[in-house]
Amino acid sequence: MSKYVLIYKGFERFWHWMQAILVLFLAFTGFEIHGTYSFLGFHEAVTYHNIAAYLFLGLTIFAIFWHLTTGEYKQYIPTFKNIKAQLDFYLFGIFRNAPHPTKKTLLSKLNPLQRLTYFGLKIVLIPATILTGILYMFYRYPTRYGIEAINISSLKAIAIIHTASAIMLVTFLIVHLYLITTGTTITSNLKEMLTGYEEIEEEEENKNGE
Amino acid sequence: MRNIFIILTFLAIFLIAGIALLKNKEVEKPLLLQLKEKYAPKPEKKKVEHAKFENLNKKFKEPQEVTKECESCHNLTADEIMKSNHYNWEREEYMKRRGVIYLGKKNAVNNYCIASHGNEKSCAKCHVGLGLDKDGNIFTDPANIDCMVCHDNTETYMKAPEKGGEPVKTLDFEKIAQNVGKPKRSNCGVCHFYGGGGNNVKHGDLEMAQFSPTKDVDVHMGVDSVNMQCVDCHKTKEHNISGKLYSLSSMNRDRATCEECHTSTPHEEELINEHTLKVSCQACHIPIYAKVNSTKLYWDWSTAGKLKNGEPYVEEDEDGNHKYMSIKGSFVWGKNLKPDYVWFNGTASHYLAGDKVENPSEQLVLNPLYGSYNDEDSKIIPVKIHIAKQPFDPVNKIVIMPKLYDPEKGVGAFWKDFDWVKASEVGMKEQGLPFSGKVDFIETKMYWPVNHMVSTKENSVQCAECHTRKGSRIANLTDFYIPGRDFSKIVDRGGLLMIIFAFLGVFAHGGGRIYAHYYRARRGK
Repeated sequence: MSKYVLIYKGFERFWHWMQAILVLFLAFTGFEIHGTYSFLGFHEAVTYHNIAAYLFLGLTIFAIFWHLTTGEYKQYIPTFKNIKAQLDFYLFGIFRNAPHPTKKTLLSKLNPLQRLTYFGLKIVLIPATILTGILYMFYRYPTRYGIEAINISSLKAIAIIHTASAIMLVTFLIVHLYLITTGTTITSNLKEMLTGYEEIEEEEENKNGE
Repeated sequence: MRNIFIILTFLAIFLIAGIALLKNKEVEKPLLLQLKEKYAPKPEKKKVEHAKFENLNKKFKEPQEVTKECESCHNLTADEIMKSNHYNWEREEYMKRRGVIYLGKKNAVNNYCIASHGNEKSCAKCHVGLGLDKDGNIFTDPANIDCMVCHDNTETYMKAPEKGGEPVKTLDFEKIAQNVGKPKRSNCGVCHFYGGGGNNVKHGDLEMAQFSPTKDVDVHMGVDSVNMQCVDCHKTKEHNISGKLYSLSSMNRDRATCEECHTSTPHEEELINEHTLKVSCQACHIPIYAKVNSTKLYWDWSTAGKLKNGEPYVEEDEDGNHKYMSIKGSFVWGKNLKPDYVWFNGTASHYLAGDKVENPSEQLVLNPLYGSYNDEDSKIIPVKIHIAKQPFDPVNKIVIMPKLYDPEKGVGAFWKDFDWVKASEVGMKEQGLPFSGKVDFIETKMYWPVNHMVSTKENSVQCAECHTRKGSRIANLTDFYIPGRDFSKIVDRGGLLMIIFAFLGVFAHGGGRIYAHYYRARRGK
């Protein structure tokens, strides 16, 4: 017997999909600014990249607030328990149609590998991108107001770190999009992220609840 | 229901934030309108009617008589003129590692007609004096100031060629004297448009088309635009005209800048205003120069002196520009040119007469401009670069200042006798410099400002003309990072590799799963 449980709450889904749209848009405009290709035109790319950056910043602030107040941040604290089983699953079990080694529950909806990856994403990659992005936008301002002590003499390091983290985010995205298909069925993970509901076996739920 | 409410709230917040950011801040439009009104052509209100002065109602035989009448009322002005560099052809400058010098006719060397010393009778056609003494010196008598060349508003005043600055004697001086006023473009242009010995030869952004240009040629001077006169920007105090040329000045002072009227942040868009910290106005607003007629880019003196049947000759290119002149050598001209770009903090150095050249096999820069990205006062400015091959003494290692002009043959003037050794000997002797008897040629480079021929804002340089990997306008300025042009090879190549590996991994894993799926299905059967 199974039942449907709301595993991704309204804000969480809104945040996830907003972030998805913004990251895609930022990458699209960002790599145009980087000179990788030319589509919108440099001026437009910069203008929209900056607007999207502010939206992303706003969204991130809301997300941080939500994670802290709801205690959901605990979902992302890495654990090495079962990590080998999870790796074994992706490397071998999945080809044999073996069951997922870890079960999603309300209190632990991320598998150990997800925890580790998202933790890195949230603690290193996204902050690095946001911080270098802010410096990128404001780096000339200190000199303009005559405060020389915080003058940044060159954009080079900032721009290169910003680019590097953007490339890593794109790499993450590729793998992330593929791993969507590794749920119980090909589309079950996607459905969950859209509807928020996950089909959970009742006994399992009870076991964990005990 | 609650979820929908939350989502709608957030959407609304994002929408409002987005609109607020998208909306351009309205700041400087009124300023541009104000300026347009201020400088719009309007009938001039005269304060003085010179035609009604009795002492100007007479037949003048000599131009000096006119000057005396001017000075009988403007009785303190002569002093101002005689201190000005328009009269003295030199000014006090401070140069790094050299100290205070008087930079001008005695020691300045350029790579067009090289130097004025010894050639004054010809060069002084553009002097604000009425002739020179027999040694080519400026008269100290204030009656020899040429008031009319700048203040004639009839557009009939003309200097005689090769007379040291004297006007044509047949002019109607009475009419000119009665119609004096503020200098117009025609007064300034008659000299400054023809620098280097012909129209637009020297500057590239100052030429006879600007006597009455269209808006497309020059948005400020355009007769179909605000029709501004030179002195509207080149503000003048005690006959000292602002707007020094860095080919002849070392210090950053008395400049005429765009910011004086437009401020340093005139754009509606903040992103563009930020550029003004490092980029001069001219860099973007003068996308091309020499818009109407060609300007000289290369001058090879070493080919000068060829004669046909013992006579000097001239060859023209398809545009009618001099390609070869026996008296001057060969030239390369250019039209509708993209400027070159350099860092400039307002200070420059100069090669002065007699300076030893350390390494004659290298190109010698006659006016190195100081500046770099890290220098706070530096901005990127557009320049015209003029390259030349000019006579050089390989033994003494100094640039030769030859005697070029003389009315007579046999004196040694190159333009009459076509003998480099003789012309160099006479020229260097007049200059008081040693000459070894050997003439070689050295490649030299000069920077000339591109400050005029400002285009309309629609035609200004667009972002991607600099922010691009290939063919960036500022490809030569490599001491800083700009987005779109620069990138780290390691990050870009490593990143590409990483993305390729991610795809390979995904395809391998996905392929494996598909294969396993069908494999199981077959076996299951």
